[in-house]
Amino acid sequence: MGYRFRSIETKWMEEREDALNELVKLPRRNFVRVATAAAGAVLAKGLLPPHSFQLIEVANAATVDTPAVKFTIAYISDTHIYTTDLNDRFVRSALKAVDDVNRLDPQPDFVLFGGDLAQLGKPAELQLGLQVLKEVKAPLKMMVGEHDWYLDMGETWKGLFGSPNYSFDHKGVHFVVLNSVIEKDFWTARKMTPEQRMQTVAGLDNSVQSRFEVGEPQRMWMQQDLAKVDRKTPIVVFSHSPLYKYYRPWNFWTEDADEVQAILKPHQTVTVIHGHTHQVLSNRIGNISFHGLLSTAWPWPYAPEGLPKLTVQMSRPNPFDMHDGVGDGRIDILTEGLVNKIYNLWDRNPVSVPASYLKSNGTKDKPAAPTFSSY
Amino acid sequence: MRNVSILSIIAMSPLVLWAADAVTQHDAPGTTNGNVVVALCDGKTSVEVKGLKPGETMDPPDAQRVADELMLAWTKKNPGVAWSMAPEARKDEKGKLPTPGAKTPEKTQFEAYGNYSSRDEFLWNREYEKFVAEGNRIFHDAKAFGGTVGISCDMCHPNAANTHAETYPKYQVQLQRVALLRDMINWCIENPSKGKPLHDDDTRLRAMEAYIMSQRKGVAMTPGKH
Repeated sequence: MGYRFRSIETKWMEEREDALNELVKLPRRNFVRVATAAAGAVLAKGLLPPHSFQLIEVANAATVDTPAVKFTIAYISDTHIYTTDLNDRFVRSALKAVDDVNRLDPQPDFVLFGGDLAQLGKPAELQLGLQVLKEVKAPLKMMVGEHDWYLDMGETWKGLFGSPNYSFDHKGVHFVVLNSVIEKDFWTARKMTPEQRMQTVAGLDNSVQSRFEVGEPQRMWMQQDLAKVDRKTPIVVFSHSPLYKYYRPWNFWTEDADEVQAILKPHQTVTVIHGHTHQVLSNRIGNISFHGLLSTAWPWPYAPEGLPKLTVQMSRPNPFDMHDGVGDGRIDILTEGLVNKIYNLWDRNPVSVPASYLKSNGTKDKPAAPTFSSY
Repeated sequence: MRNVSILSIIAMSPLVLWAADAVTQHDAPGTTNGNVVVALCDGKTSVEVKGLKPGETMDPPDAQRVADELMLAWTKKNPGVAWSMAPEARKDEKGKLPTPGAKTPEKTQFEAYGNYSSRDEFLWNREYEKFVAEGNRIFHDAKAFGGTVGISCDMCHPNAANTHAETYPKYQVQLQRVALLRDMINWCIENPSKGKPLHDDDTRLRAMEAYIMSQRKGVAMTPGKH
């Protein structure tokens, strides 16, 4: 293959790779004093490709006056796995994320999977997803997405991963995991097959499906669960849909978001971490901070309206680079219970959205503006 | 039986010919002494250019003289009428087009362009919407445009978002050439969707282009924008 004519695209990708490598070297020189010995040694030996994970930790240590990190969670989300006979791209991306997470040193306390493991909810897709996630070294917390659910209404998913909603405590923080992709029945009246129902929910821009909701039974459960928790205890909610109202036509939306927020309101420190939107997304409503998760499969465009004011957009992804605009990341839980959110964009500099930025309503520690904004 | 089929072929043949050549053509009258005859777009007025034989071209000043002559001839035939192709001339005081079957007002140009009713508008719009709907369908169905890995356009571009059709043509840095929107549609078909690029004439490509443009309705054209 080496002697073959190289296309313009290949050359362009190579140049880009070189440029990115240079970029990684630059902050290393600047911040060499604060580079951890471990990261430095790893890079010098060339054991790993120069990786953005090291860079952000170095840069953070040098530039942001960070409050103490109590513990760290890593995340992988929205892998949208197809079986490999059709398409192995999304599986490979999921494996790449697993490698990233396993490479973190120190290891995260646990790894959140943010939902949409499968693309069309097929048992074979979910089982393949389970195999991929079994490689994760740290404990795994699962969350369900609509792509996992609407072929068999969650039957396979529940068989593999258990209940879609649950809560747990970890180092003084109370975590609540929701199934927030419940939709009112739109399929029976239309006489849809399970496959048609799944395909409909899998698309964003159709008006056929209903909007996501948490639903009353689950809100009741949540209320009872939180009644036992001290109001000063930090709360972190994992939800696939955003738990606020961003853009209804694409279901970047939770129909009963107001009711859910009302349940969370009495608690002093609340953070919602959500999947589904495949983009860097930040919001704050009252006492609640919201952070989106990156997908490993593909980025979504920002919606034409309704984008929260506090969101500093990620750069418009380069379609010629399948690893642009996607990735994984980290959630650093601070001692005060708030969250620094790190978006590990695979082929760009990582983006960090510090707790102080959202808490100050955008007046402090604003993330850098994107190089290319969306149209 | 045999007679019937021959008759039906004869009966249909003008229709077939018409369909094959749907663009309206004006036949200029013949020439008496081998000179070129130039016709005006009203389909009626024409001028014979003395000394110009078929295959020869005119200098711009001569061509301008011929154009002026044609216009003069038309004005003489239509005294007091303004030259207007626009349907505006046919609208009533309330700005509405005439209803189907209404008599064409005399004081207009009345030929190919201006002579249509609200029913025509309705039908044209319906054709446009059908074409856009077909593009919408293909855009959402990987198999419909020949994708082989289950990746359809809407997976990354709901409502054709981030296709920024209004910025094409532009220099596409990654391709190192000026690209049209259809080049980018084909790029996506070929790369993420692992299909074969569609021919420029392919109805599927044309329909998808129509759908994408329809989604950017009202956005200012900014060709060349990065």
